[in-house]
Amino acid sequence: MIFLELFWTFLVIGLFTFGGGYAMLSLIQSEVVTNKGWITAEQFTDIVAISQATPGPVGINSATYCGYTACHNAGMSAGMSVLGSCVATTALILPSLILMILIARLFLKYMKTPTVQAVFAGLRPAVVGLLAAATLLLCTAENFSTPSENPWQFWISVFLFVATFIGMKVFRVNPIHLILMAGFAGLLLLY
Amino acid sequence: MEQLEQIDKNQKVSLWKLATVFAKVGMFTLGGGYAMIPLIDREVVQKRKWLEKDEFYDILSIAQSSPGLLVVNISIFAGYRLRGRKGSVAATIGSSLPSFLIILAIAIFFAGYRNNVYVDKIFKGIRPVVVALIAVPVFDMIKHSNLNAWTALLAIATAVAIVFLKVSPIYILLVIFTCFFIARYFNQKKKKKEGKA
Repeated sequence: MIFLELFWTFLVIGLFTFGGGYAMLSLIQSEVVTNKGWITAEQFTDIVAISQATPGPVGINSATYCGYTACHNAGMSAGMSVLGSCVATTALILPSLILMILIARLFLKYMKTPTVQAVFAGLRPAVVGLLAAATLLLCTAENFSTPSENPWQFWISVFLFVATFIGMKVFRVNPIHLILMAGFAGLLLLY
Repeated sequence: MEQLEQIDKNQKVSLWKLATVFAKVGMFTLGGGYAMIPLIDREVVQKRKWLEKDEFYDILSIAQSSPGLLVVNISIFAGYRLRGRKGSVAATIGSSLPSFLIILAIAIFFAGYRNNVYVDKIFKGIRPVVVALIAVPVFDMIKHSNLNAWTALLAIATAVAIVFLKVSPIYILLVIFTCFFIARYFNQKKKKKEGKA
């Protein structure tokens, strides 16, 4: 029963993923590619690339795609494969749903107590540091290119970065509009 | 009293509205998940005032240190805060369904999507913008959280540990959580003792 196995595998992945979508990818790889052999390594590489280049959280995208491909590889019809992707995605979200509801209940009940306030007084500056780190870690050649490799793309990227920063910080432009305009700029200017 | 009124007002948020707002957020979450922070900030905190800014940052630290995906965790928490269990399910469906449908369509019909030259161009333009979208909240948060010398040091130490020492953010949050919890506990005990004496 591949559906039951899919459900169980992605339930475990959802439960043990800490740190978001990219941490999840390595878990999916070890379970789905190495242990179960449902998907080939090459297919998985494609799935990761497509999940990153598609709107939506990487974890949801790759679970959906993996569920579909696993069933497809097992020789199932497209309809059954869609069912497989439903099973994988639902199983992935289920542990978060149960745990976060419990945590939310506790938090809302105790958030006004001095102890919880004291703990969050320490966590808030850490979140600032965490986001600063995320920004720095994303300043890579993959996202910006480099002056030696592709100067045109590099300077366009730097320009888009600065323009977005000012647009959002100073003029409070809607981030969705900024993303759409950047996609359009890329289509016109980059190659 | 004011808090109670706030929650009461929020009860009127419809499940459909919750789902559609988080669908918008989920659709424009690109890559690892941090890109949705300015989106939620705009749609949920500033525009609709469903959450306060402090509350949102608290939820962010909780969602980051819980298992699962950041966006999904935040939508579950915010949904629960506004409409209870039904709300959390509605917000979760909202944030994951659009991506699910888009990627499914790609899996079925466009296997060569990744190698399409236009798709590649579009994403080359979007990637640096996503980095900028994550940079802006850092400065907003610095202004908003009134950092003093100690908390600023804590923020910098966190960033350094993640970028240069490659420590996972979860461990950092857990350590801080534990330290502040214990410190608070002993403080309390000391005060009680002093009170008795």
